Amino acid sequence: MATEKFPGRFESLAGIRKFVSEAAEEAGFDDKEIYAVELAVDEACANIIEHAYGGEGKGEIICICNDINNGIEIILRDDGKQFDPADVKPPDFSVELEKLEPRGAGIYLIRNMMDDVDFKFSRESGNELRMVKRKGI
Amino acid sequence: MEITTTEYKRCDVVKTVGRIDSYTAPDLEEVLSSLTSSGKFKIILDMEEVDFMSSKGWWVLIETQKNCKRYNRGELVLTGVQERIQDSLNLVGMGSYFQIFDDVLSAVANF
Repeated sequence: MATEKFPGRFESLAGIRKFVSEAAEEAGFDDKEIYAVELAVDEACANIIEHAYGGEGKGEIICICNDINNGIEIILRDDGKQFDPADVKPPDFSVELEKLEPRGAGIYLIRNMMDDVDFKFSRESGNELRMVKRKGI
Repeated sequence: MEITTTEYKRCDVVKTVGRIDSYTAPDLEEVLSSLTSSGKFKIILDMEEVDFMSSKGWWVLIETQKNCKRYNRGELVLTGVQERIQDSLNLVGMGSYFQIFDDVLSAVANF
């Protein structure tokens, strides 16, 4: 298990991606799978900074990587505003270009890059996003 | 992330090296906005050396594309997009909004 705390700034994203990609590599994932993990975590952390904290420099992100049977579990914790994924409409990319709106792509990517995605919130511990990726799926 | 712009007769080529995420995307946005605000709407984004792209990057390109294609005055095309980046682009369904070429020469010929 590896845990690291990062400042809630976009500048942290490169370091967060490096942290999880090293864990994914150690867990035996191939390059394509490692990229999927990096992308999912990047999207999630960008959302935490933008939406849970409402901007940069307002809190921290705790990232935990656990080796699990045939995969990896990544947990992200923040103590920002409660996040409810049901509030986010999936993006509609069937519309014409002018009508495209920049919302919802992040969560959509997370759910497609990872195998299990669970959001939790409690007043005591804040938001917790748990993602699991299994090898070879 | 490094960004360089080369002006050609019929278009401009913007080459980006590195990773495009929420931290670096604003820099790319600034370069693309500066082109479109000077009336340049035929733009090639050379992504051969881009090895990571998050949805924030895609939105910068989408907004640029909206601007370029308005009134049929131009287009933003992409070149050298790495397979895993193309995969995520197509997965989300944004692929249909861009022409993607293998290399800059083919993209320049398109204009």
